[in-house]
Amino acid sequence: MTELSIQLVNLFASFLLMLAFAMLAQRRVLTLINLYSLQGLTVVAATTVVAHMTHQEHLYYSAVLTLILKVFLIPWILHRLVKRLNVRWDVETLINIPSTMLVGIVLVVFAFNLALPISRLSSSVVPGTLGIALACVLLSFMMMIMRTKALPQVIGFLAMENALFFAATSATYGMPMVVELGIALDVLVGVFILGVFLFQIREQFESLDISHLESLRED
Amino acid sequence: MSPLVLVFISPLVGSAVLAFMGHHRNGRDINVAFSFLTFLASTFLTAKVVAHGPMFALDKQFFIDSLNVFLVTLTALIGFTTSIFSRPYMRIEEERGKMTPNRMRLYFSMYQLFNCCMLLALTTNNMGILWVAMEAATLTTVLLVSVYRTPASLEAAWKYFILCGVGIAQALFGTILLYMAAQRVIGHGLNPLLWTNLNASKAHLNPVIMSLAFVFLLVGYGTKVGLAPLHNWLPDAHAEGPTPISAVLSGLLLNVALYAVIRCKVLTDGALGNHFAGHLMIGFGLLSVLVAAFSLLRQKDIKRMFSYSSIEHMGLMTFAFGIGGPIANFAGLLHMTVHALTKSAIFYAVGHAAQKAGSQMMDQIRGLIKISPTVGWGLMMGTLAILGMPPFGVFASEFLILTSAMRQLPWATPILLLGLGVAFGAIFSRVQPMVFGETTMKRLPHPPALLPVFVHLGLVLMLGLYIPTYLNTWFLQAARIIGG
Repeated sequence: MTELSIQLVNLFASFLLMLAFAMLAQRRVLTLINLYSLQGLTVVAATTVVAHMTHQEHLYYSAVLTLILKVFLIPWILHRLVKRLNVRWDVETLINIPSTMLVGIVLVVFAFNLALPISRLSSSVVPGTLGIALACVLLSFMMMIMRTKALPQVIGFLAMENALFFAATSATYGMPMVVELGIALDVLVGVFILGVFLFQIREQFESLDISHLESLRED
Repeated sequence: MSPLVLVFISPLVGSAVLAFMGHHRNGRDINVAFSFLTFLASTFLTAKVVAHGPMFALDKQFFIDSLNVFLVTLTALIGFTTSIFSRPYMRIEEERGKMTPNRMRLYFSMYQLFNCCMLLALTTNNMGILWVAMEAATLTTVLLVSVYRTPASLEAAWKYFILCGVGIAQALFGTILLYMAAQRVIGHGLNPLLWTNLNASKAHLNPVIMSLAFVFLLVGYGTKVGLAPLHNWLPDAHAEGPTPISAVLSGLLLNVALYAVIRCKVLTDGALGNHFAGHLMIGFGLLSVLVAAFSLLRQKDIKRMFSYSSIEHMGLMTFAFGIGGPIANFAGLLHMTVHALTKSAIFYAVGHAAQKAGSQMMDQIRGLIKISPTVGWGLMMGTLAILGMPPFGVFASEFLILTSAMRQLPWATPILLLGLGVAFGAIFSRVQPMVFGETTMKRLPHPPALLPVFVHLGLVLMLGLYIPTYLNTWFLQAARIIGG
């Protein structure tokens, strides 16, 4: 039973890593949002398995919270935003996807090396997943840097938060409940604020292209 | 009701009330009243801690000791004086059409909420809640920075949100690692994220995990401190938001972020038993002093210039806490206090000066002393104070930092002196023609509130000449807690 659970968590972890790469290369906004909710669902599945395996009751609660927030509510808000901003069919021109992927692989190797000494010390039943979580954080980070549109940047930010949540689950069986609630609240409020922001940016600049936001620089 | 509860309730209720009342004629007075109530509660809290020593509250979730109680008082004081400054300032902005009633409501409500987040971050004992409060403080100030809805302010707010969001995400990863290290030692029974529990068993925390955790925590919270090379958001956010917000960002937010770094450093030092954390902080601190000093030379916008000066001073404090030991820590704490007071006073004067000139460009601001002597003198004295001229308190703290650098890190002293010298030349040569010289500027429709400027500068002057005994004891106790 435990053996199966460990393998399941590892499977979900590798799934997360694949999703992170898929998001890095995805050009269409709508697909990006769907990938984000799929990522949320994977995190929920991993959390439930860990909760079942370790009998940590509060992990079930955080799994439910994540399900509501990151699989339904936030993607729904994002879909509405896309609709109202009328950017449904936006396609971003990403230069050089293959080399982006190669840099991504280097990042994954780096993350694994960084996490290796800690994974060995971890009392957790699934030590290898910390490296994957860190790799996902770095890949989302890279996605935020590479993108020139506002909405994909936001999704990159949210994906990073998902990866951090997975790190907390796999390395420490989740943070205390009060902290997790606080983080969830911050993320939700953050998404609302960003939504308002996107409208204001479009009103002022008549585009959601972040490359317009370059007047403030040192001369 | 315990004063600690009142410290939170007052800004929280204030935020809710002002969300409905903020656009009224007396909305700004309500803002002052709530800030005053918070300040009153914080002085009661301080008196209690001075009388009875460190205390816990609410099932150990809150912890007040000498280190944070002085920051709580400072935060509440500057929150209160800034609300006084906001009264005429925001009124003029409203009459000039930069603020609509809705924006006024948002402004006042978020101002109170921001204060609440700062106080929560300072008093919480839980490292996770500390993170949540810091992130919430970012969210409230993002809305405040973009309140004018101009292209430049939106750009500044977007940059602020994304950079600080990424930074604070690193801090969350650091907190997760901290929790992981703590679980191995403390176990699930006691709450392993409470700072007091961590501090009690810090010698047993795993050094490998702790060193990695500290790197993430320093980078994360360091982004909010404005340490180079993570400082890019800071000048934009200061320059494009309303001036009262620049004052509280420089005076409060940067201090609170540095406080978070210090709490983490104490744990890391205990776990590692060497100066790893200190050395990292010394490196970041020196780099910030240098980068900020040389960026100062190129500034044209007055608020941008003083925000670079904030980066320089935060670098100086980080350097001082990096050296560690009783004297450097004392100097760092004193510098935190005097910098917060002086810099907010400068921003009050700068705000009114920019309103008179109708521009933040320094070549448009001329001859302040003729048109309004108080603003002119306020700016001049504030500038002299921040540049470290005796007898102001900044001189005392910078002198202490330099002497401890000479004793423990002689090679760093010329770098610090170079930074301070360049900053002096850059700032003084620009402020001088703004204060003196010929003017064509107009009078303001409402008299500016300059009392806070002179109260702050008076306090800084007092700290330069004489530090009261109880304050001295506080600083010494806090310096001992930081150790290193």
